[in-house]
Amino acid sequence: MSESLTCDVVVVGAGVVGAATALYAARAGLDTVVVDRGPVAGGTTGAGEGNLLVSDKEPGPELELALLSARLWAGLAREGLGEAVEYEAKGGVVVAGTDRALTGLEKFAAEQRAAGVEAVPVPPDRLTDLEPCLAPGLAGGMHYPQDAQVMPALAAAHLLRASKARVRTGQEVTGVLRGPDGAVRGVRTDRGDLHAPAVVNAAGTWGGELAARAGVLLPVRPRRGFVLVTEPLPPRIRHKVYAADYVADVASDSAALQTSPVVEGTPAGPVLIGASRERVGFDRSLSLPALRALAAGAIALFPFLSGVRALRTYAGFRPYLPDHLPAIGPDARVPGLFHACGHEGAGIGLATGTGHLIAQALTGRTPDLDLVPFRPDRFTKEAE
Amino acid sequence: MRTDLVVIGAGPAGLAAALAASARGVRVALVDAAAQTGGQFYRQPAAGLGAGRPEALHHQWRTWERLRDGLAAGPVRVLTEHHVWCVERTSDGFTVHALLGPEQEEPVEVHAHAVLLATGGYEHVLPFPGWTLPGVVTAGGAQAMLKGGLVVPGHRAVVAGSGPLLLPVATGLAAAGVEVAALVESTDPGRLARHAPALAGKLPEGAGHAAGLLRHRVPVLTRHTVVRAHGDDRLTGVTVAALDADGRVRPGTARHLPCDTLAVGHGMLPHTDLAETLGCRLDGLTVAVDTEQRTDVPGVWAAGEATGIGGAALALAEGHIAGCSAAAHLYGTAPDPAPAALKARAKLRRSAAALDAACAPPVHWPEHLTDDTVVCRCEEVTAGSVREALDLGAGDERTVKLLTRAGMGWCQGRMCGTAIAGLAGRAPTPAKRPFARPVPLGVLARQHPQEGQS
Ligand SMILES: Cc1cc2nc3c(=O)[nH]c(=O)nc-3n(C[C@H](O)[C@H](O)[C@H](O)COP(=O)(O)OP(=O)(O)OC[C@H]3O[C@@H](n4cnc5c(N)ncnc54)[C@H](O)[C@@H]3O)c2cc1C
Ligand SMILES: Cc1cc2nc3c(=O)[nH]c(=O)nc-3n(C[C@H](O)[C@H](O)[C@H](O)COP(=O)(O)OP(=O)(O)OC[C@H]3O[C@@H](n4cnc5c(N)ncnc54)[C@H](O)[C@@H]3O)c2cc1C
Repeated sequence: MSESLTCDVVVVGAGVVGAATALYAARAGLDTVVVDRGPVAGGTTGAGEGNLLVSDKEPGPELELALLSARLWAGLAREGLGEAVEYEAKGGVVVAGTDRALTGLEKFAAEQRAAGVEAVPVPPDRLTDLEPCLAPGLAGGMHYPQDAQVMPALAAAHLLRASKARVRTGQEVTGVLRGPDGAVRGVRTDRGDLHAPAVVNAAGTWGGELAARAGVLLPVRPRRGFVLVTEPLPPRIRHKVYAADYVADVASDSAALQTSPVVEGTPAGPVLIGASRERVGFDRSLSLPALRALAAGAIALFPFLSGVRALRTYAGFRPYLPDHLPAIGPDARVPGLFHACGHEGAGIGLATGTGHLIAQALTGRTPDLDLVPFRPDRFTKEAE
Repeated sequence: MRTDLVVIGAGPAGLAAALAASARGVRVALVDAAAQTGGQFYRQPAAGLGAGRPEALHHQWRTWERLRDGLAAGPVRVLTEHHVWCVERTSDGFTVHALLGPEQEEPVEVHAHAVLLATGGYEHVLPFPGWTLPGVVTAGGAQAMLKGGLVVPGHRAVVAGSGPLLLPVATGLAAAGVEVAALVESTDPGRLARHAPALAGKLPEGAGHAAGLLRHRVPVLTRHTVVRAHGDDRLTGVTVAALDADGRVRPGTARHLPCDTLAVGHGMLPHTDLAETLGCRLDGLTVAVDTEQRTDVPGVWAAGEATGIGGAALALAEGHIAGCSAAAHLYGTAPDPAPAALKARAKLRRSAAALDAACAPPVHWPEHLTDDTVVCRCEEVTAGSVREALDLGAGDERTVKLLTRAGMGWCQGRMCGTAIAGLAGRAPTPAKRPFARPVPLGVLARQHPQEGQS
């Protein structure tokens, strides 16, 4: 079956980033078509967790994007999407095991506060007010009321539905069509061409591959993560809880395994413990060492988890770029090509802000944030 | 504990494998989750064997005695009540991780140079309206009830579904004094006839059961299906209907059969969790093996229903061949399986393939599911929710699961996986279950080298 179709913008990828892009593009009045070679949320969005965190981000462009995104998520929830995407403004609690870790956490929080983050110090004797099951003997912590949560796959599916964009699943983009002037004309797929003056690369971990199909370099790479899922439990963990060293893991450049886990309850009952970080390409094979470290880290925070069973575990591949910032905005090398990928371990959280900024760029408005740090053409071959 | 070969599963395949390897000098540990060896078949000899012809009973009973006595007399280490949750590849072989006892809390590790997966299969049941009512049981469940004397003779049962397991269940129930109102088989007998040459080996067995049905006057409805089970808080009857050549219900053929038990089954599905996590190649839903029963992962063998559904005799033959191959591999010699086992395997695989081709559930079964039919029992997800997820953009088992939680509960989709795939219009794919059993976080954490220093 081959056909051709015309619209204002083709979004490649029906993960959470593509879905949010479609939503804001459609709201900006653009006739939008979303194409995915798999089903909705079949990529990393279906293999992640739904932490919408500001707490783990240091001041800088990513934190600004996270704060913008957090506001937009809250707005979507208010509009009525909250229940469908299981939005919970539950807040985060970061704990420090030692005085040294606490000093580091307090310094980090002070910088974040200056950038607009709410961070409330919690003395050790008040930690159990927030989290009754926490391990005793912690040095203290920080409460981040802006941290929230969604169920990623539901978020992608419901943002897409709300966008009313045309969604074409099971259709692979095999090439980007370009005119004699080099500008984008649409995409070629395994089921015909889609014509549009603008194409958004929201292909996540495969964004580099799609960029190559448009003839440009974008070094998106996979960073593997495992999540442990427990048996369903009555609610005992109220916030997103993690140890202060998590932030160092997230920011780390190392390829080796890092595992300080975020522990959180879900509305359905299971506790999620995630996630490890490891650069091993697209290797899906089970890593018991990663799971052992996750379990040990979670039990160190919540000793009662020791007797709780893990029902399953799954792995996903976070899309990362060498400088750990996503690529967002127009590609100066190919007029009409936009990128919205490479969000690493924060793509669920950052999806709304990304979609909003892309819609602004698509419609020629001044984006709410400076897109320079996210420039897709900032990488040279050597930078890889 | 350290050994040469760990055989996981002590059904016909595992028993035959363990004995063959042990007879060739290999140190073998035979691990099974159950409290006794024997697997699906020999664990319930009364029910499993009692229904057939007496000759068949004697033959199979003798085989079981031989295996059981061989095990008792030989040096095989038998580890029952060991629930294997994962097999890990290590630098010098494999570590089999198990949880002990009914509580499944205490961890045990067995280290070995080679593993042989003889994990068998589990029953396949497709949903239909009313299938969650008390009184509806699986075919295997009915066997177990018979054995435990739980079925009060005199009550009325219907046996329904597809595949060769229904025959022994129906005759078993009838022999126990239960009135079997009907054996409802969706397969077209004409299809079986077409495969007659390949099924020749199966015919005596089938004929035995057929005679049993005749003796007990069990009405057999072929090319029929149960479209609904009725009852308020327990089963009171079923509606059955005839199927046309395309596998659709023929209008006007529905009729009601009162009953208080419905035993239903659609064949078996192989247990492939351990193999999948080891990275073994699967062929459709079964573990792929070569002529020596080797998987494509060096040091890993597989035999029995894990490699394809085909009955106890096939499992025995495959187990023997696998055990011989593992021994040869460990000793650097040439495998020496009994020629009879090779011959039996070839013949039985042909008939298994023929049966498999003939006995498929009706193609259009998802059409019978009303929106309020529960599909995933653990998470109570209805067919309507699954359809809604498909409408939201889910396209396969995995994305339906993500959007509905179907398959995320205790059974991890073992019950509903194929049904979800069917509703999505996809062929079932093997699910990824890195944990073959739920594992306490404390067990995982204790194995962490830096446990305690967070
Ligand atoms: C274990 C783990 C835990 C995580 N936890 C969190 C968390 O708590 N919070 C958070 O914010 N983030 C988290 N993340 C990260 C988050 O999941 C990702 O950043 C996010 O899902 C990326 O979304 P995406 O839409 O860019 O990509 P994807 O969801 O991967 O979507 C890309 C889509 O593009 C499609 N595609 C690719 N190429 C083509 C083509 N040529 N033609 C057509 N379609 C194509 C793919 O099929 C895919 O569906 C986690 C990730 C992992 C792995
Ligand atoms: C209702 C019913 C009626 C049948 N009637 C007949 C018949 O009349 N004739 C016939 O030939 N066949 C019949 N069969 C089929 C027969 O039972 C099987 O063909 C045979 O048992 C397969 O042998 P196996 O060794 O491959 O697996 P199984 O007998 O299933 O043994 C597998 C063993 O592995 C163990 N195991 C699995 N996973 C794990 C794990 N993770 N950890 C530890 N242990 C594990 C299980 O506890 C089990 O004991 C019937 C089956 C059923 C269900």
